[in-house]
Amino acid sequence: MQDFADSFLLAIGLILSGDAELWAIVLLSLRVSLTAVLVAAVIGMPLGALLAVGRFPGKQTIIVLVNALMGLPPVVVGLMVYLMLSNSGPLGVLQLLYTPTAMIIAQVVLVTPIIAALTRQVIEGLDAEYAEQLRSLGISRLDSVPTLLWDGRYALMTALLAGFGRAIAEVGAVIIVGGNINHVTRVMTTTIALETSKGNLALALALGAILILIAVAVNASVSLLGTTARQSAYA
Amino acid sequence: MLRRTFLGLLTAAAVLGTVTTAKADDFIIVQSTTSTQNSGLLDAILPIFKEKTGIEVRVVAVGTGQAIKNARNGDGDVLLVHAKPAEEKFVAEGWGVARQDVMYNDFVVVGPGADPAGVGGMTDVVTALGKIAGSESIFASRGDDSGTHKAEQRLWAETGVDVSAASGGWYRETGSGMGATLNTGVGMGAYILTDRATWISFGNKGSHRVLVEGDSKLFNQYGIILVNPAKHARVKAEAGQAFIDWLTGPEGQAAIAKFKIGGQQLFFPNAKGAGAAG
Amino acid sequence: MHDSTTFRDVADGVGIPTEDLDRPLLPLVAENLAYSVDDRALVDIRSLTLRDGGPTVILGPNGAGKSLLLRLLHGLIEPTKGEVLFGGRPADETIRRRQAMVFQRPVLLRRSVAANVDYALKAHGVARSERRERILDLLAMGGLTDKARQPARTLSGGEQQRLALVRALATEPDVLFLDEPTASLYPGAIKAFEALVRDADRAGTKVVMVTQDIGQARRLADEVIFMYRGKIVEKSAAATFFDAPASDAARQFVAGDLLI
Repeated sequence: MQDFADSFLLAIGLILSGDAELWAIVLLSLRVSLTAVLVAAVIGMPLGALLAVGRFPGKQTIIVLVNALMGLPPVVVGLMVYLMLSNSGPLGVLQLLYTPTAMIIAQVVLVTPIIAALTRQVIEGLDAEYAEQLRSLGISRLDSVPTLLWDGRYALMTALLAGFGRAIAEVGAVIIVGGNINHVTRVMTTTIALETSKGNLALALALGAILILIAVAVNASVSLLGTTARQSAYA
Repeated sequence: MLRRTFLGLLTAAAVLGTVTTAKADDFIIVQSTTSTQNSGLLDAILPIFKEKTGIEVRVVAVGTGQAIKNARNGDGDVLLVHAKPAEEKFVAEGWGVARQDVMYNDFVVVGPGADPAGVGGMTDVVTALGKIAGSESIFASRGDDSGTHKAEQRLWAETGVDVSAASGGWYRETGSGMGATLNTGVGMGAYILTDRATWISFGNKGSHRVLVEGDSKLFNQYGIILVNPAKHARVKAEAGQAFIDWLTGPEGQAAIAKFKIGGQQLFFPNAKGAGAAG
Repeated sequence: MHDSTTFRDVADGVGIPTEDLDRPLLPLVAENLAYSVDDRALVDIRSLTLRDGGPTVILGPNGAGKSLLLRLLHGLIEPTKGEVLFGGRPADETIRRRQAMVFQRPVLLRRSVAANVDYALKAHGVARSERRERILDLLAMGGLTDKARQPARTLSGGEQQRLALVRALATEPDVLFLDEPTASLYPGAIKAFEALVRDADRAGTKVVMVTQDIGQARRLADEVIFMYRGKIVEKSAAATFFDAPASDAARQFVAGDLLI
């Protein structure tokens, strides 16, 4: 297909040109999704770890629920967050609708279950190995959480990357709560949706290629980080 | 090392988080339709307004149905859409202050070059749609309660054809925006009712071309409404009204008339009492 | 009686009441201690007393309940019946913190060798200023000085188990439980490990060790407990046990017969 060749050249051209508008969109995408993943990690990792080590009634139900929430449709999340942040909604006073903050909130809702569910799985496996030893060292179940999170750090990187992948790639939520406003809330995915709707398929595909490049770059840097850390940072 | 990197990311995110949010409050939100944005009209004229007044116009481009709904929720200061009956209802119910005409363009029926229904060159849109239905040629509808969809349904009503009975057969509702429907329609060789502005600027036409045009029934009027500050206290009435006044005034109308793609004028200003007209 | 002043010195720094530390952990007494699953008693002890002194080795065939007994004594699992008393008192956190355990398969944290030792010291509230020197001493004791910064999990099997042992000894426990710690090691590594166990014994730690290796029992034991099918069949001085086992099961076991 002609479109693929066209878009490939277009993508290279766009990258080389250092197009200011494109970079602004790329930076906003990274800013929104990285912040969302960070916030989701702060919530989701301890939550997942507690689900792994905790013993309380209803635990299994919560685990099933969190696992199911990994499949939350972005459009539904977008709609829910819109209804909360709308001027007619309960949080309208915050005036966050159509801002990057609203997009971050929506992505946090999308990503937190993913990080929590994957963290639970990682920590549960590690806990099976560590529980007796930590107990023998006089560490309580609750106090073992930071140890398990730290010792599971490489496996948890994958959880973060899965969350980042979800955030950077979704369009359904951010387009509703962000409004795809030029120079304010327009990110890579909403730009791709817009260009597609304009019938500029080659450009849309080129932007898609750049989005994939960004995802590869983020994953590669994390992977490099993991390798060097594994080699040198055990002290 | 890893710990340091985490901290670094945290700091970076915190810094990024504060940069662009610290902006002055001099902007308004316009709930509008995809046709005004996809055609590039707003991108062309809004900088002129910003230059003059310092007010930034942030456009949320969705279907007319959703735009009206958002505006009712108070999530916008100005509504710029093209579905006159719905707009008048919006004002009558008190959600909007007043409705003014801004400009018009027209709808056209586009279809595959092969034109299986043989409607090419017709100027009577109702008869043309009747022929499409009679030959059961594929027709792609927005199906999304947008201004264009509403106009299309009014035309089908005049033909007497019950398209809902053919839904899923030759009559296919995409439930998407104009651009997405054009992409889909071009892909399946369907006839499509579209506004001319979106069509002219559309980049994925394939063999499709304009087949039916020029009928007065294809007239597509855009109106502008200030969201009622009495209903939603946060509406920036002053800035919103300034934008309406500018767009319906001589400067705005001239800017609309001047916007062309490939030498073709896409929108025709027709605000009442405006000096300049296209 | 072992001299336990060093333990007191360390713990004083973290505010554990000295009166608790003055009270001896031993004798360790278990009366009518049982652990059952689905009404089947996997461990059923009528009476067991462990006194201060040389190493006690728990011998017995596979599935005799040796490891379970060790876990019950250390408080890793709750008994279905009965309780374990240390110096006449039931175990609490303070008492548990005066014990340590090394498992059959070493559980090392995914950190450096030094950080593994540091972790145990920190868990016991040893002040940062003291930890560095203690780590160096412990690593030297385990022959791991030049591996200090290496990831713990890249050590050889013998080194890993030595690290697990010095980490357990880092907190200078009154009682050290060892659950078949050399089961998968080469003779050279076993020898080095046993030397460390002897040092710990000499330093005043009560060693309670589970093994299936009769040779190891002969080398280390002062006292032997022989378990068979969840019960303690025999408990006697090592010399007595090996020269004249009282029960049939023990006789067969010492003779090297397969016990089922």
